Amino acid sequence: MPQALTRRTLLKTAVVGAAAAAFSRRTAAQASSKVVVVGGGFGGATCARELQRAGFAISLVEANAVYTACPFSNAVIAGLRPIEAQQLKLDAVEKGGIAVVRQRATRVDPQARRVILADGSSLDYDRLVLSPGIDIRFDALPGYDEAAAAIMPHAWKAGEQTILLRRQLEAMDDGGIFVMAAPANPFRCPPGPYERASLVAHYLKTHKPRSKLLILDAKDSFSKQRLFQAAWQDLYPGMIEWVSLSSGGKVIEVDAKANTLVTDFGRHKGDVVNVIPPQRAGEIAQVAGVADRTGWCPIDPVTFESRLQPGIHVIGDASIAGGMPKSAFSANAQGKACAAAVAGLLRGKAPAEPKLINTCYSLVAPDYGISVAGVYTPRNGLLADVEGAGGTSPVNAPPSFRAQEAVYAEAWFQTISREVYG
Amino acid sequence: MARALINVPAKAKRGDIIEIKALISHPMETGYRTGPDGALVPRDIINRFICTYNGEEIFSADLFPAIAANPFLSFTTTATESGRIAFRWIDDRGQAYLETAEIAVE
Repeated sequence: MPQALTRRTLLKTAVVGAAAAAFSRRTAAQASSKVVVVGGGFGGATCARELQRAGFAISLVEANAVYTACPFSNAVIAGLRPIEAQQLKLDAVEKGGIAVVRQRATRVDPQARRVILADGSSLDYDRLVLSPGIDIRFDALPGYDEAAAAIMPHAWKAGEQTILLRRQLEAMDDGGIFVMAAPANPFRCPPGPYERASLVAHYLKTHKPRSKLLILDAKDSFSKQRLFQAAWQDLYPGMIEWVSLSSGGKVIEVDAKANTLVTDFGRHKGDVVNVIPPQRAGEIAQVAGVADRTGWCPIDPVTFESRLQPGIHVIGDASIAGGMPKSAFSANAQGKACAAAVAGLLRGKAPAEPKLINTCYSLVAPDYGISVAGVYTPRNGLLADVEGAGGTSPVNAPPSFRAQEAVYAEAWFQTISREVYG
Repeated sequence: MARALINVPAKAKRGDIIEIKALISHPMETGYRTGPDGALVPRDIINRFICTYNGEEIFSADLFPAIAANPFLSFTTTATESGRIAFRWIDDRGQAYLETAEIAVE
């Protein structure tokens, strides 16, 4: 069992993580090596910057002018934060000397080692790093297509969908029912649905106290479950109902016209319905042939090189990272480890086994934070949990402790945003 | 203790193929696991499931330790007449859990 997280264990592991990202000095040979990174999120932008620091010429392909970050976007839905606080730009990355290519990558030719862009032009690479994040699987849940998402937002890719769900929540009458469908594993941000439920409950409690929240879940357990459920009992008694898989919670069909979710045993109509649907690696991973039948990308845990296509590395939410959750913190850590491995491979050096850290903070209320931390290292071909490292927030902690963790959460977001985009 | 969920359409036309779903909350303890004291946890599974339609068996199954916890069974039958569909789960202790649903056939 993981022990309780202390600042000391976190610091100790942070040092190991930093060491994995350290590079030796640039050599003449690597000037001719070309690395292309696709995806300007936390994973891709981190990896591009680390490789550039190591002396490589980097092209970073990202179609969106503005990147809207997912961490903390649940606070936007709850009206606690403006969407602008989530919006990050690659301007500083570009000024730093990385060639930012503002286009969509449409195809990869792994034999020719070439990425083809939407305008027909192409980029050659010696090593390609894909950090495409997730795509919503609009083929996986009957009735939930793109048109349905305009009625029942997923808000699982931050941006317009986040704002849509915020508006629906604002427009809901007091006494209304907010219904959420939570997916089976794996998916982006394992504690995310429950953080969202918490912050929506906070909004309802403070603005529409007669309202209720129903979570229909395709799982029997979830991340930080004990902490969330204890907090719900404490802060939002009687407001949140969680229906697990074995209680018939799995949503099998969506009736968008009727604002209704269908399970094996009933129909649930909501005033606001939030469907967090099944997901897969972003489209370019599917097109490049690095995703397997699960829709996610198997990788070597030391180098993050695809097990399906040599020369292509996959990091972040798109990868199958064993015990490591799909989070911005993970993507950032993987971006560094992958950059170190790619730099090593291009210099003909055997890459060192990385140690990676993840911490997921969740807000249960604006002044109530909880966290889970883990340390991961390659074992039996996967990234496995290092036993005894990391842990979750204590179950019995005074309000001051929770308030402090909420401050740490915000500080983490500011730190990672500045590190990656500042 | 065990809690069952069933789904039988309330109404059907005579001759319709109807889908029936049944889920029971049960740990399905295999008998192969050791507890914290190192001793084997005794086997405790649902080993038999029977569904009857107005008394006549329309579906039954023997369950074994490889079946996961909270077994969920889904099957079809033909709607022939109005009446009662009954579900029975039997565990290793010989305990039976019963559920029934009414169906109106036009």
